[in-house]
Amino acid sequence: MDNSIINAVGALSVIGVLAAIILYFVAQKFKVIEDPKIDDVDEALPGANCGGCGYAGCRAFAEGLVKAKTMDGFYCPVGGNDLMKSLAPILGVEAPEKAPQIAVLRCNGSIKNSIPKFEYDGDMTCSFTTNLTAGTGGCQFGCLGGGECVDACDFDAMYMDPETNLPVVKVNCVACGACVEACPRDILELRNRGPKEKRIFVACVNSEKGPLSKQNCTVSCIGCKACVKVCNFDAIDVNNFLAYINYEACTLCRKCVEVCPTDAIHEVNFKPRKPKGDKKIEKEIKLVVT
Amino acid sequence: MNCLYDNPPSTKNITLVMKLKTFRIGGIHPPEQKLSAAAAIQNAQLPEVAVVPLSQHLGAPAKVQVKRGEMVKVGTLLAKGEAFISANIHSPVSGKVAKIEPRVDSSGFRRESVVIEVQGDEWEAKINNTDEILKDIKLDSQEIIHRIHDCGIVGLGGATFPSHVKYMIPEGRSVEYLIINGVECEPYITSDDQLMLEKGEEMMVGVRIMMKALNVEKALIGIENNKPKAIEHLRKIANQYQGISVEPLKIKYPQGGEKQLIDALLKRQIPTGKLPSDVGCVVNNVGTAYAIYEAVQKNKPLVERIVTVTGKTVGKPSNFKVRLGTPISSLLPLANCDMENTGKVINGGPMMGKALVALDSPVTKGTSAVLLMKKEESKRVPIQNCIRCGKCMTVCPMGLEPYLLTIIARQGNNERCEVERIMDCIECGSCVYTCPSGRPLLDHIRLGKANTSLLIRTRGRK
Repeated sequence: MDNSIINAVGALSVIGVLAAIILYFVAQKFKVIEDPKIDDVDEALPGANCGGCGYAGCRAFAEGLVKAKTMDGFYCPVGGNDLMKSLAPILGVEAPEKAPQIAVLRCNGSIKNSIPKFEYDGDMTCSFTTNLTAGTGGCQFGCLGGGECVDACDFDAMYMDPETNLPVVKVNCVACGACVEACPRDILELRNRGPKEKRIFVACVNSEKGPLSKQNCTVSCIGCKACVKVCNFDAIDVNNFLAYINYEACTLCRKCVEVCPTDAIHEVNFKPRKPKGDKKIEKEIKLVVT
Repeated sequence: MNCLYDNPPSTKNITLVMKLKTFRIGGIHPPEQKLSAAAAIQNAQLPEVAVVPLSQHLGAPAKVQVKRGEMVKVGTLLAKGEAFISANIHSPVSGKVAKIEPRVDSSGFRRESVVIEVQGDEWEAKINNTDEILKDIKLDSQEIIHRIHDCGIVGLGGATFPSHVKYMIPEGRSVEYLIINGVECEPYITSDDQLMLEKGEEMMVGVRIMMKALNVEKALIGIENNKPKAIEHLRKIANQYQGISVEPLKIKYPQGGEKQLIDALLKRQIPTGKLPSDVGCVVNNVGTAYAIYEAVQKNKPLVERIVTVTGKTVGKPSNFKVRLGTPISSLLPLANCDMENTGKVINGGPMMGKALVALDSPVTKGTSAVLLMKKEESKRVPIQNCIRCGKCMTVCPMGLEPYLLTIIARQGNNERCEVERIMDCIECGSCVYTCPSGRPLLDHIRLGKANTSLLIRTRGRK
């Protein structure tokens, strides 16, 4: 009786030792050598897996980065420049600096500006509605107010404003570009945040002729080129009756905002201007003095 | 269940015939509501300004051939359909081309249109604009197809598919039957019914012309059993011609669908992705038959069509013969419409029509009816959760699973959508009609269809 227990334990021990030896050699033979830097980089990344870098998740980004041995073309919009700088010592290369960006809504067709001409009570999914109808305001380019961009946002950086029926981008936007992808009308755009969050952009994507776009919306870009004439830095282009401000070239001088006849150009986070009348008087006084 | 049997199917007609044919899968029976059934066709007045969109048909938009300021007569070619699937567009009025610019169509989008200021009513000299019935068919098969192409005839049942394409049968296929669709299964609409009653003779000549063009011996005219007068009238006329028979059909929606009608009449089913000619059929509407008669015998292009103006807020539901390009808003006073209580105006029938975004959008080749809905009718019911009752599956005439398609279309799972045959959906709306939770099934399926067709097309490009 005692023997059988000893035999069993002995046999199992022998099998165990044999299996361990086989496993050891197999593990040596098929060892996957992974760069320890990948783990280090992955640990430093935010772990949001948003795909804003163009890779399928943070791990894939880390693998790509370590493999490429350079940081050109790699940028984690969530972590920003600080993160890229902290990654640089791990890889032993220099981190390129990139201006932080934010998603910007290029439409101001709120309920007040683009007055609804009919009621729509069908399914409110932008990608569906855009095939069905131009939109309650009549603009076939503008925001439909379905909120597909808000649903796409993983960072709680957007919400729908019930008063205007337009989405609003909050400061905590990481510019991952999920909303830009989600919008079927290509209204959202990633633009540089600008110094102290100051930005100037054309809040319109309507490429119809002026009189046609004005029928549907009071704040649409009519392609009058007044802004082009006033811009000293060649930052503004007008194509298809629609102005576009190049954020790289723009110096935030705000001249275009002043001349825009439809208030289609938006300035964000600037100090409120002095009323126009006072300015003139000031100038006149100055002229008199000099 | 209540909504289904508001208006029980009329049994008095059914008893006359032993057993009526119908399609085999699914189908519903909405209240018929043929308010304008007895109204004779009246000529609507000419508009002051006609707006003629360049894309009134399925396929590529036609290319404009006139210039601003040019004088046109009724029947002058305005735009040429140059692509294979496209159709010519002719001037429906005489006058001056005022503008060629984008105008808001029934969906709210701006589409390129020719705007004509109407002056008098002068017709092109080659058009025979009399009422005499010409029974001799002088043209041969190829000439007929050419004439159909030249005159810009499209399917007038609602899909507006260019007709000449249907008659160009690829080699190696043979067509046995010409099927004429007089089903008019959509509630409210009566334009085909009236056309069959008033222009039966002409329509029958049109059927003969189509038979000659296709070189077939047999034609079947399918008519639902709620139009006994039309059935009787056409049977009398059909006796004079060989090979044409009139078939009464059981009242069931969507019997007017091409695939359903072939199934009902011939018990043949079209496989996924195939055309009626694959099972030896060509299907055309009765309106198209009449238009082909006018094109071939009288050289008259498609410049007018019958439009039913109906609904519960319409004082005098009527059938009008309307020139294309007439603003829909100008038809409403002719039928004594009570616009104050109207909540929605639909271009087409209640099942498949689209709500109008702007009332002054023009009548086009596909406008079979203008339906006014009361304010309380026009709102959708609140959306509730799917209770998995399976009603949408039992009524789907294509044997699909609408609840499932809805879910996977919302997920954006287009590969799965394709496997589940989303492209087979004929968008008849039976599933939405029957859904007890008021779910917008068709809306999502349309989204899935759009995405899936994009997927299939991009795959083809690779």
